[in-house]
Amino acid sequence: MAGVIARRARRQRVFRWAVLLALGVFFVLPFVAMIEFSTRDPETWPLLVDWPALRERYPALAEGIVNSLLQAAFTAVLMLLLLVPTAVWVRLRLPRLRRLIEFICLLPLTIPAIVLVVGLAPVYAWVTYFLGGSSLTLVFAYTVLVLPFAYRAVDVGLSAIDVRTLAEAARSLGAGWGTVMWRVVLPNIRSAVLSAAFLTVALVLGEFTIASLLNRTNLQVAINLLGKSSATMSVAVSLIALLLAFVLLLLLSLLGGRLRKAKEPTP
Amino acid sequence: MAEAAAGAPRSVTPRSRLRGVTSLLPTLPFFAYVTVFLLIPTLVVVIGAFAGNDGGVSLDSVKALGNEVILDAFGRSIALSAMSALIGAVLGALLAYALTTAKPGGVLRRTVTAAAGVLAQFGGVTLAFAFLATIGLSGFVTVWLQDTFGFNLYENGVWLFELPGLTLIYTYFQIPLMVIVFLPALDGLRPQWREATENLGGTTWQYWTRVAGPLLAPAFLGSTLLLFANAFSAYATAAALVSQGSPLVPLQIRGALTSEVVLGQQNLGKAMALGMVVVVALVMTLYALLQRRTSKWLG
Repeated sequence: MAGVIARRARRQRVFRWAVLLALGVFFVLPFVAMIEFSTRDPETWPLLVDWPALRERYPALAEGIVNSLLQAAFTAVLMLLLLVPTAVWVRLRLPRLRRLIEFICLLPLTIPAIVLVVGLAPVYAWVTYFLGGSSLTLVFAYTVLVLPFAYRAVDVGLSAIDVRTLAEAARSLGAGWGTVMWRVVLPNIRSAVLSAAFLTVALVLGEFTIASLLNRTNLQVAINLLGKSSATMSVAVSLIALLLAFVLLLLLSLLGGRLRKAKEPTP
Repeated sequence: MAEAAAGAPRSVTPRSRLRGVTSLLPTLPFFAYVTVFLLIPTLVVVIGAFAGNDGGVSLDSVKALGNEVILDAFGRSIALSAMSALIGAVLGALLAYALTTAKPGGVLRRTVTAAAGVLAQFGGVTLAFAFLATIGLSGFVTVWLQDTFGFNLYENGVWLFELPGLTLIYTYFQIPLMVIVFLPALDGLRPQWREATENLGGTTWQYWTRVAGPLLAPAFLGSTLLLFANAFSAYATAAALVSQGSPLVPLQIRGALTSEVVLGQQNLGKAMALGMVVVVALVMTLYALLQRRTSKWLG
């Protein structure tokens, strides 16, 4: 019997490394290729770290980078302002609405972005009328887009604590709702809020569909445009954007791992 | 506390009804927001698909979906999604199984799942450019194969911008997604079941076909459906790669949105969008049903 188990363990090890090696090559190859491709023109990388020069040579790209960073920041803020107080309030006072809120928040998952754009076009005609055509107005659409992911993150955080008891304790000590929210609930769901914000930033930095079809500029639209004139540059910027998203999401999964570990001791 | 009193059994007085209304007030911004930016757009699509050009009800746009070009686009979109979902599901399941044979809390497993979480989100324009740098006409691999082996990747035509190429690129985010959604089901397989099979004289083959296979089948099928919906909704990668023609439904919708289409077809884009929603909703419903079945034994 011990021989059988040892043999199986050996077979599994061989299988494991064969699969990992084969798929590993498939997944690493594009990154290697991007590095090779973007270094074919020796001017590319020095230009990328030289912001004023980059701005001069590729104004559209520079504009796209700035727009995307601003969009990411504003979307994260708007998402938190909209989602966190509502989720907390529903847990405290309107538990019957929870299913409805969950349904609404997860709805964008079944509506592809390309479909959402079709419906958003007339809405954005009004947005442009009232607020102008700035690319920052995309923040409204992006907040909807990130709703499912952000909701899940926030919901996990809220499920881990007893919001009701905490709020009642704070209220009976004389705290107002603002204090309950800001100084009691929020610090307790800090890592959930952080992961919702990280996800939002990663998603917004990678968004192309809505921006391109509503004729706004952001990083991805700029990269796509650049691909037509300067292939090396577009690949280099793609690589940076990817690595940035990689770092963000890896930080997120590390955060998630720490959260789980912290929760484990308590049953 | 005030809420506790409100929850006590007593007749509903006007005051407590008022309190019910005021307690809804803080959720108002949220509902107003999703109404404007989620529900109205959805309604625009649904109503627009059934609206005539003069504003009345009409089935013209929906009927126009029967147009050969559009039917072809739907066919190709479905073929692409199905192929990439199938390949992604099989390879992803293999990778997930390989992970379960590693040490449970080990470095290997943690690294691969974290990487899968990142790569599953990886799509869009940057992915298209990554593959252009890899197997584009002057890409790294293309050039290398040509120089070392004299092998021309595109001897029989450039397939990168067509279905085979798109399928290959889509598997890049499908495999990691499969790992994420399928791993919990594999983890749910208890080692005792395998031991029981062996004690009863079963072989490895019998264990996989009679015990683990049937148990995992709904989870596998469900995950494949999720992958299908994922590929079906994808737009950016294809949009960045394919600039001529509109072989896929999302690209047809792009065409309908950007070029002010032929008069009399303003709502065609909405009808196609509705068609996409119907397909995705169907697939996701099936997914949810299968998921419920899996969660029975997953515990």
